[in-house]
Amino acid sequence: MIRRTIGWLPSALAFGVLSWALLDLPANPPGLADAALRSLERSGVANPVTAVLLNYRGYDTLLEVAVLLLAIVAVWSLQPISTSSVAEPAAPILSSLLRSLLPLLLLTSGYLLWIGAFAPGGAFQGGALLGGAIVLMLLGGLFRRRLWQRLALLQASLWVGLAVFIGVGMGVMFGGGRFLEYPNGHAGNLILLIETAALLSISVTLGALFFGGRPSLDGEPPPEANP
Amino acid sequence: MTDAPNATFLLAGAALFALGLRGIFAGVTPLRQIIAVNVMGNGVFLVFITLAARVAGGRPDPVPQAMVLTGIVVAVCATGLALTLAVRHRQEQNERSGTSPP
Repeated sequence: MIRRTIGWLPSALAFGVLSWALLDLPANPPGLADAALRSLERSGVANPVTAVLLNYRGYDTLLEVAVLLLAIVAVWSLQPISTSSVAEPAAPILSSLLRSLLPLLLLTSGYLLWIGAFAPGGAFQGGALLGGAIVLMLLGGLFRRRLWQRLALLQASLWVGLAVFIGVGMGVMFGGGRFLEYPNGHAGNLILLIETAALLSISVTLGALFFGGRPSLDGEPPPEANP
Repeated sequence: MTDAPNATFLLAGAALFALGLRGIFAGVTPLRQIIAVNVMGNGVFLVFITLAARVAGGRPDPVPQAMVLTGIVVAVCATGLALTLAVRHRQEQNERSGTSPP
């Protein structure tokens, strides 16, 4: 009993200190909203959150996309998983539900990607939705084994987001700008390009994480990846 | 001092963080600890969003929102990696003790 009480002590202490610190914060700080809105016209998008993500703090988001790639590389290095486990036929209700649900999920994630320039939405929301769709497809057995066995294609969709991000970031340097400094008037298109690639990578990464390992052929050692 | 609804969210965030901390220290199973880290992370997200909502002058601050947005996806990926590590750890333990299922 005493040990259990003592076990809660650090948490109680943390809660006390955190509450005190949080409640002591200024009630109406100026924040960065004004700064973000002031440059919004030049950012290429009308949604301040997307402007922060892909323009003002593009470097940050670039590294976060890199973290996603790092996570899936680490998972793949841990264990190969037989692709036969994804080809199991699912319950008929799930697979017939998926047949009508999947086009809707695909459409909605594309919509989220597009609307991100004007309203809440963007690559991360769309990617999460599409990632959920991929997980559902895995559960429903709709992923044909051949699809997962095309490792090169799978790998490409994992790293294309980071590659396009870095490519655009360095590409604008040829125009005289600095890294990720979009030229005037092209920011909107470049952001959409980066977000489309990031959406693909985010969703496939989430789906591959759910798979839990590097896809490998049954009973054979996994095929050698291209260096 | 903050107004009441904001204070509620901030305290809830701190409570989630403290609960997660307890889950980590209790350390019953890796799965429980991974869930505890997620609970802690959600507390942090809640605090961030609340802070974004209460800046001066109408529109919420987009910077914390953007951080939470990417943070959620990164947290999911980190959880996936942690779960894979936990599974692998368990497999190696089983192999070492010779009770590994075929």
